[in-house]
Amino acid sequence: MINILLFAQLQEAAGHSQVTMDASEVTVQQVKEWLEKQYTLTSLHQTMTAVNEEFATDDTIVKSGDTVALIPPISGG
Amino acid sequence: MEENLFIITDQPIRVEEVTKKVESRNAGAITVFIGTVRELTKGKKTLHLEYQAYPPMAIKMFQQIEKEIKEKWPEVQIAITHRIGRLEISDIAVVIAVSSPHRKIAYEANEYAIDRIKQIVPIWKKEFWEDGTAWIGDQLENVPYPSETPFEEGDKHD
Repeated sequence: MINILLFAQLQEAAGHSQVTMDASEVTVQQVKEWLEKQYTLTSLHQTMTAVNEEFATDDTIVKSGDTVALIPPISGG
Repeated sequence: MEENLFIITDQPIRVEEVTKKVESRNAGAITVFIGTVRELTKGKKTLHLEYQAYPPMAIKMFQQIEKEIKEKWPEVQIAITHRIGRLEISDIAVVIAVSSPHRKIAYEANEYAIDRIKQIVPIWKKEFWEDGTAWIGDQLENVPYPSETPFEEGDKHD
């Protein structure tokens, strides 16, 4: 199981702040494609991600038990 | 470290609590940046704001900023508190306190910190206007990947 966290507009679009993907080893790219299909999200192509709280890229490998966060454009401060 | 230098809170921020954390006998200056909620942005009236964060990663990113600052200016001490949840006009959203033996570095390091917060710290702001709401962010122009490049001035809420 891969834990996926959604924030800001992605959280509102999906209707969830946290979802799980039943997979043992995938890439961040595959997580994004799954989310787009599962929650009819518009393209996540440009969306930043973090794996276990570190910034990741689309080819980062994600394993069962990992947490993937989708990070839409940030606006803190 | 006897107290938390980096905090995400849903409670009002007390500026002095943040500045106290960087007090030092070696300090000749403490600069404090206080980011507040602005009512008008390009003529559009904000009613209130809502901030959301990914707290564990936000704290890690604050520590990353501290690391970068200490590489540039080893004698600097820094503390940051960022508020989340609903904020009204003029409420304090963020406080950054920086101490340094000398004034110039205290100013520079403080500005570096706010620029980096806007690039790499996972915090989001939602604007509430009379005619709608929107999550603010400009990832395409200001990619928040970790990078050494200071961010170019954009339309940010400081």
